[in-house]
Amino acid sequence: MIEVSELHKRFKDLHVLKGINLVVEKGVVLSIVGASGSGKSTLLYCINALEAIDSGTITVDGEDVHAKGTDINRLRRKLGMVFQQWNSFPHLTALENVALSPRIVRKLSRAESRDIAAKQLEHVGLGDKLNSYPSALSGGQQQRLAIARALAMEPSYMLFDEATSALDPELVGEVLDTMRLLAEEGMTMICVTHEMGFARDVSDRVAYVHDGTIEEIGPPEQIFGDPQSDNTRRFLAKVR
Amino acid sequence: MDYNFHWRPVFRDLPDLVEAGFVTLQVAVLSMLIGMACGIVLAIMRMHGSAPLRWVAVSWIELARNTPALFQLFFFGFGLGAFGLHLSPFLIVLCGLTFNNAGYLAENFRGGFQAIPETQMRAARSLGMTAAQAYIRIIIPQVLRLVYHPMTNQMVWAVLMSSLGMLVGFRELSGETQFFASRTFRIFEYFAVTAVIYYVIVKFILGSSRLLAFRLFRY
Ligand SMILES: Nc1ncnc2c1ncn2[C@@H]1O[C@H](COP(=O)(O)OP(=O)(O)OP(=O)(O)O)[C@@H](O)[C@H]1O
Ligand SMILES: [Mg+2]
Repeated sequence: MIEVSELHKRFKDLHVLKGINLVVEKGVVLSIVGASGSGKSTLLYCINALEAIDSGTITVDGEDVHAKGTDINRLRRKLGMVFQQWNSFPHLTALENVALSPRIVRKLSRAESRDIAAKQLEHVGLGDKLNSYPSALSGGQQQRLAIARALAMEPSYMLFDEATSALDPELVGEVLDTMRLLAEEGMTMICVTHEMGFARDVSDRVAYVHDGTIEEIGPPEQIFGDPQSDNTRRFLAKVR
Repeated sequence: MDYNFHWRPVFRDLPDLVEAGFVTLQVAVLSMLIGMACGIVLAIMRMHGSAPLRWVAVSWIELARNTPALFQLFFFGFGLGAFGLHLSPFLIVLCGLTFNNAGYLAENFRGGFQAIPETQMRAARSLGMTAAQAYIRIIIPQVLRLVYHPMTNQMVWAVLMSSLGMLVGFRELSGETQFFASRTFRIFEYFAVTAVIYYVIVKFILGSSRLLAFRLFRY
């Protein structure tokens, strides 16, 4: 379970997150929607401590992410992350991209890491691209590579930061399909997304972030069918 | 002009000259390897270090790039000698060249580091890598490719700079040549042959650098 309470985050004078409270239970798929600049990416980065926080607490399975004594590198193994820019490592083949952290972070043998990598690449439909370099892969393939790379750490949670918004429209589908597959397999996911169709069909809960707080959170039927807040209604009218 | 060329003494000493060429190559390669390691550390210190570390890095880089290489060599020879620390001629040249290489390479590396998107580091850290692992496995390999040509140039420069060694009594290629030339007074002949040996060494470095790049950079 991921628990965020009274989270505040500032960049210098810019108060980005103003008291976020959020609970994500095991097995839940949560979509986070909201206007550009409302702080959605920042919230994800705070959860795996790629950004420091100003106040509040974030716990993952009861462990305080931002506490002094926390071994953040160990904790991050539980939190797979996929970025908007897919960030493949260009100097490594697809297989090496995925096998690297199992070997040097989880300290598995070279052979074990390669087996895991091959299995995960197969899982996301890249079984025939093991020895390709990222430069030879399309954006959609690179994004699926990034998903396989995160999965190879066997995380308990997956964080997606607009995984499809840098892709050409015709490549969005294959990545959304992969995410849908993960959701069906029971992965706990937090997905920042502009894909309202995905948010409605795949997620168990949808949160609308407005001006640094969670304005409204609920099942997709409620958020899309019967939003309680005027701000939510106005946002959804705009993105449709 | 009534100078008569006499090449026989040079050819007699050629094996010794070639051997000295290997000494030159050896000190240049060593100063390059250590210089690369120092250069990477200096670049990181300059970009991310605390104020005192940054000051050390900037001073090193400024001195290495803006003073004559000969003075840098003299510092490790006569400079340290004045404080009672006497290095062997080999060490004087090695330290001088390394100091110079590191200063130039640090600026190349800094440019390289800045050209790698910040998101590469984030991605690596999100996978649970430590900062050191991310640098060693993800960032530095990409930087080395970006600065590969400037590095090759610096390597050539190190070979040529090592000829200053003859001024601190190091018997590398130039020192050895000077020694033989002054013994036989065939100064032109000796230095002409030595120039050819330098040329061969530099061509060898450029050739192997190209081969190595071909092996290393498949992407
Ligand atoms: N490293 C940073 N330094 C300063 N300001 C930042 C930094 N990162 C983000 N911001 C600012 O914080 C605010 C929230 O940014 P964030 O990226 O979290 O928004 P977002 O909701 O993800 O937007 P988008 O939908 O465009 O991705 C923005 O105003 C942004 O300019
Ligand atoms: Mg964002």
